[in-house]
Amino acid sequence: MKSLFASHNPLSAPDVQLDALHKLELIPFSERIKSAGLEDIKPLPISILQVNLGKMCNQTCKHCHVDAGPDRKEIMSRETMEQCLSVLRHSNIQTVDLTGGAPEMNPHFRWFVQELRALKKHVIVRCNLTIILANKKYHDLPHFFKAHHVEVVSSLPHFTAMRTDRQRGEGVFSKSIEALQKLNAVGYGIVDSGLVLNLVYNPTGAILPSDQKGLEAEFKLRLKNEFNIDFNALFSITNMPISRYLEFLIDSGNLESYMEKLVDAFNPLSVQHVMCRNTISVGWDGTLYDCDFNQMLELPVNTEKRNIRDFDEHALGLRSIWVDDHCYGCTAGAGSSCGGEIA
Amino acid sequence: METYYDPKDLKNFGKIGEFGQELADKFFDYYGNVFKDSALTAREKSLIALAVAHAVQCPYCIDAYTSDTLEKGYTEEQLMEAVHVTTAIRGGASLVHSVQMMKQAKKLMM
Repeated sequence: MKSLFASHNPLSAPDVQLDALHKLELIPFSERIKSAGLEDIKPLPISILQVNLGKMCNQTCKHCHVDAGPDRKEIMSRETMEQCLSVLRHSNIQTVDLTGGAPEMNPHFRWFVQELRALKKHVIVRCNLTIILANKKYHDLPHFFKAHHVEVVSSLPHFTAMRTDRQRGEGVFSKSIEALQKLNAVGYGIVDSGLVLNLVYNPTGAILPSDQKGLEAEFKLRLKNEFNIDFNALFSITNMPISRYLEFLIDSGNLESYMEKLVDAFNPLSVQHVMCRNTISVGWDGTLYDCDFNQMLELPVNTEKRNIRDFDEHALGLRSIWVDDHCYGCTAGAGSSCGGEIA
Repeated sequence: METYYDPKDLKNFGKIGEFGQELADKFFDYYGNVFKDSALTAREKSLIALAVAHAVQCPYCIDAYTSDTLEKGYTEEQLMEAVHVTTAIRGGASLVHSVQMMKQAKKLMM
């Protein structure tokens, strides 16, 4: 399967994606938050820098909001990583969340992690699991993660092969199970090891995620009984109606009903806790965004300077956060963020 | 095409109070409480609801509880097994009456 970008699909263009949402004539998200008594979404002090190391990935998942894949060549340069380090050296930001694509495929990944740990930052790596088995040079990743006390967050949309492979590609489930066993073998996800392994659940279809605790209990039971796998927590994340998931919604005739579900499930309480309030997302080229989803829609932060090389924490604290109708994905039901439920 | 059932009507279920608010409120309050986690989990109750939806052949309920059970992490195989439970009970309910038929036939015939 090719990315939308490589297959020249019009939906690879952010404005085409937003047009598809606007044509539904939903109550605009910006108005919906006002009717809930909120003027706009105000930034809090930045506590997480989410750095997208590139769109290159060994997988081509059907729901990927990044449109990542083996055919994507955009990756962060060492120079941009050095600029991130420079910002972090003089900042109170404590957590750095590394994402992609497969962040491990960036040739400067290990160096970057080591430098971040030298700054005593808490480092999260969003590891797709199969990368550990993809090539000999990645086989030692569990040991590398352990040596640098990295928190690992990995996608596993279901505890069955059928559901997982349908979203992430043929054979991904069995490789993911093997990778999880390797992570467990070095201590990840094991009680009192101090090595955190969290899993991410995304629904495999045009449905919303259910109660996170209930799903976590089911995942723990099934993965333990069938594969002797342990993990710490399950993050239940709503699929955003952008990029390849948007393509699926349109092709399957589910776009309108899915968006209606998101709008009907709008939860004003979740707005207080959306991740764009305390996170800044850095694109592979250093551009700054309110979140990873705005990054993929090419909606940079609403400030004069929009690149990590010109990082101005004070100006970012005064900005208005860009919102559009895709934001309903973060405020439906119990809400959604890169750390799962928020309300 | 005009049909007796319109999938969009399900969204208006909450508006039945227009013709009788008090009983509607009581029903929805009761409904909400029934589906809470209790001696059975909300997850287990959702699968029961899917099986019952097939027994009463309510298309709205089938749509609603297909989504709900999938959202709650059940597999397609588990959904189908639940419907087979419905079928077994419905079929069994017919078949068990054949005992009466057999009794009557034996009484009537030489």
